[in-house]
Amino acid sequence: MSAPSTGGIRRTAAEMAAALADGSTTSVELTQAHLDRIAEVDGAVHAFLHVDPEGALAAAARSDERRAEGATASALDGVPIAVKDVLATEGLPTTCGSRILEGWIPPYDATVVARIKAAGLPILGKTNMDEFAMGSSTEHSAYGPTHNPWDLDRIPGGSGGGSAAAVAAFEAPLALGTDTGGSIRQPGAVTGTVGVKPTYGAVSRYGLVALANSLDQVGPVTRTVLDAALLQELVGGHDPRDSTSVDQPVGGLVEAARRGADGDMSGVRVGVITELAGDGWQPGVMARFRESLDLLVDAGAEVVEVSCPHFVHALAAYYLILPAEASSNLAKFDAMRYGLRVLPEGIDSPSAEEVMRATRDAGFGDEVKRRIILGTYALSSGYYDAYYGQAGKVRTLIARDFDAAFEDVDVLASPTAPTTAFRLGEKLDDPLAMYLNDLATIPANLAGVPGISVPSGLADEDQLPAGFQILAPALADERCYRVGAALETLLEKKWGGPILDRAPGLEGAAR
Amino acid sequence: MSTDTDVTLVPFDDVLAAYDPALGLEVHVELNTNTKMFCGCPAVFGGDPNTQVCPTCLGLPGAMPVVNGKAVESAIRIGLALNCEIAEWCRFARKNYFYPDMPKNFQTSQYDEPIAFDGWMDVSIPGDDGEVETFRVEIERAHMEEDTGKSLHVGGATGRIHGADYSLVDYNRAGIPLIEIVTKPIVGAGEKAPLVAREYVKQLRDLIVALGVSEARMDQGNLRADVNLSLAPRGSDVLGTRTETKNVNSFRSVERAVRYEMGRHAAVLNAGDSILQETRHWHEDTGITTSGREKSDAEDYRYFPEPDLVPVAPSREWVEELRATLPENPTQKRARLQAEWGYTDLEMRDVVAAGAVEPIEATVAAGTTPQAARKWWLAELARRANDAGVELTEVGVTPQQVADVQALVEAGTINDKLARQVFDGLIAGEGTAAEIVEARGLAVVSDDGALGAAVDAAIEANPDVAAKIRDGKHAAAGALIGAVMKEMRGQADAARVRELILEKLA
Repeated sequence: MSAPSTGGIRRTAAEMAAALADGSTTSVELTQAHLDRIAEVDGAVHAFLHVDPEGALAAAARSDERRAEGATASALDGVPIAVKDVLATEGLPTTCGSRILEGWIPPYDATVVARIKAAGLPILGKTNMDEFAMGSSTEHSAYGPTHNPWDLDRIPGGSGGGSAAAVAAFEAPLALGTDTGGSIRQPGAVTGTVGVKPTYGAVSRYGLVALANSLDQVGPVTRTVLDAALLQELVGGHDPRDSTSVDQPVGGLVEAARRGADGDMSGVRVGVITELAGDGWQPGVMARFRESLDLLVDAGAEVVEVSCPHFVHALAAYYLILPAEASSNLAKFDAMRYGLRVLPEGIDSPSAEEVMRATRDAGFGDEVKRRIILGTYALSSGYYDAYYGQAGKVRTLIARDFDAAFEDVDVLASPTAPTTAFRLGEKLDDPLAMYLNDLATIPANLAGVPGISVPSGLADEDQLPAGFQILAPALADERCYRVGAALETLLEKKWGGPILDRAPGLEGAAR
Repeated sequence: MSTDTDVTLVPFDDVLAAYDPALGLEVHVELNTNTKMFCGCPAVFGGDPNTQVCPTCLGLPGAMPVVNGKAVESAIRIGLALNCEIAEWCRFARKNYFYPDMPKNFQTSQYDEPIAFDGWMDVSIPGDDGEVETFRVEIERAHMEEDTGKSLHVGGATGRIHGADYSLVDYNRAGIPLIEIVTKPIVGAGEKAPLVAREYVKQLRDLIVALGVSEARMDQGNLRADVNLSLAPRGSDVLGTRTETKNVNSFRSVERAVRYEMGRHAAVLNAGDSILQETRHWHEDTGITTSGREKSDAEDYRYFPEPDLVPVAPSREWVEELRATLPENPTQKRARLQAEWGYTDLEMRDVVAAGAVEPIEATVAAGTTPQAARKWWLAELARRANDAGVELTEVGVTPQQVADVQALVEAGTINDKLARQVFDGLIAGEGTAAEIVEARGLAVVSDDGALGAAVDAAIEANPDVAAKIRDGKHAAAGALIGAVMKEMRGQADAARVRELILEKLA
């Protein structure tokens, strides 16, 4: 176990909130400690695209003033947070990891950003990501990759590798991520952190720069299940600006996390998805998964095998729906109103179309172009029914698989990702291999159900973290939190403390 | 570019001898909702450029749309007024194409699931013999969508993007709710095709105004018509290749554009060439169309359901509630009012042309006879509105005030000539008609003492006329009445003056 660092940055967010409440620390101290940590290690980790010391410290000072007057804005008032760069932040750059938005400063806040500001959480900065959230390694960021704090030569997962790495490296106790096919859960798995994709519509998407609108969901990135519950309760709830936001409360999350922490799983039925485990999965990842199941059984859970036969088509359907929606979403980046503008070479008086073409050519990376082309093709007249239309049908079948499964079990389980963190560059030239990382996480997005990834321990062969995914029926997010918290408790007992305590300290790691 | 300005049109009668025209009309109606289709920005006409905008209607990254419920209500009411079915469940779709005045580079519209479909509208067509015929236009669909921004191309000769030095875009209009109403192919109109097109757009506009859902002013672009036309060999039941003439901005132009395209299509076809399926621009000044962008199979809008919006599913109860709010069909209403008021066709046409139907209706409701109401609105107030360059309803006199003035005339308090001065006072805001009569001292003099003296003076001054009247030529009394009225500065009851003259010269 590493020695506690100065400023108490290794505490959980809940512990920081308690320290603020009992007066043993202040938000300014806490925020400054994290800014110091960022200054110390982010040169090596590169979790942040933009750090905002002034704004964060000002918000922290306001939080401290509020507390001095006997008031608090929320349970997490004064606890700092990092925000994925795909969420609009008024006055702070928002690039989505793309050149095409370099220098763009939104004139408005995403609803979740407005909510964390209103709740008094100082925003430390914006975290790195694959360009427009397209990727599973954060290597597709136009501003360079993020490095996994467990091994700086490895990927932190993606697309939200920045948020996960920031939390894993104790640069932030909390972060917001977005999950379209696993972009919160898979980075959580490979960095030893907790990531939650809430029920579709449980958290507002207003201000989230859409990758695929029907799949995207904002969620918490934290070190503990309880912290995730605290954060989702804070940012979740109906938003009239998002028509797809559910107008019923998705609550009881903190309560479920606290209840689950007693480790008692009596009466809980867990379904292991046959199609999402087995051949082709890294042995160490599977070993930790099986071991976690055994712990749940020991704690009273009943574990059964469940088949979801249509999940084998999930990846194919996903890679039609996502590029189709993305190709249309990304059309707005045309140099006419904001962001990058590139004038074509060799043309004296270029037309609007020529400027659009030159800008999009220079401003988008290869993966983005690849998906725009795929999506444009899938939506084209004559191909729509065969591709986008068929994908929609597969999506319905996958949702029915979930419905059938949840008639028998309370939650479903699988390893979050098939492998531990791979090396930077290893899969960069093989898009299909990269896409396979999200095999287990994609079905939840297609069906709109919630999912959590909890660290399941370290794989024997590489001593890198693996993740355990728990899926629940739509609007039953509290089940993810209850089972997730129980597993966390059981694993901490087994490992003698949080998995993250085994990560390198990174002190003096600056490059 | 085709050399379309050089074309020699085939004369109209020759077109009809060889071809059957088929029409298709697409009318865009800008709704008068308070806010835009998908955001809370004011949906107002004009305003400084780019002042009525927000992240949503500017298409800023991350912003999301929310459907305007009032716009849905207006769409349903339009659909019901056009005898359409109202969808139980429908979605918005994205129409993808790049253009600088489209903030998202897709237009949020409806594609294969319109809110209203399968309707019809009966259009009244004036015949040569004064008889009115009814022509039924089948409605394919009415769907909801958002307007685009407005481009201003600066420099260059044409005002179009080609040749411009630079372009400016105003996004105030972006996101204003539009309803697009599309007809099925209109066949069988023959020589009446241009007239059917004009009357359809005109009577559709009347319907929209009666519904109160749009200002529907063609000159301001609240109502925009695209005219599709094709010709098929006479007697065949196939449809020819069509052209779409964009933004024809007056009823008369709709008729002219159809006539022009009929003549042009026939010229192309007679020469053995084929019609290019394309968009064409209407030129109001020269009365011709020119080729716009080619509309070929290459244009693929890649429609798909808008994932940021949930389906619109109007309950049947709500639809029936809205059906109960529909106004009387304007064409039928006019026929009813004409019969009730006893106006001739010519009188009614003038009343309609002056926009006086509703004012007269309200004036009659306030107790005035239809003839008197027509006299004031058409003879007096229409002239004033015309001079002031305003609509009749904006002239500054209400139907109730017209009724008040007429009541004073009928009571003999004032005469028609004095009534005009009362209207002056009403427009100047000097109070009620009665107060103006009082304040301006306009009441006619019917005091026999004062009138008698004036009559005596007139008889004395005009002995020849007086002699004729004594001889029984009562028609000559007019000259004496005129003299008395002049003496009394118009404020005399002419009928009483005549009685006094005839009494004195009996």
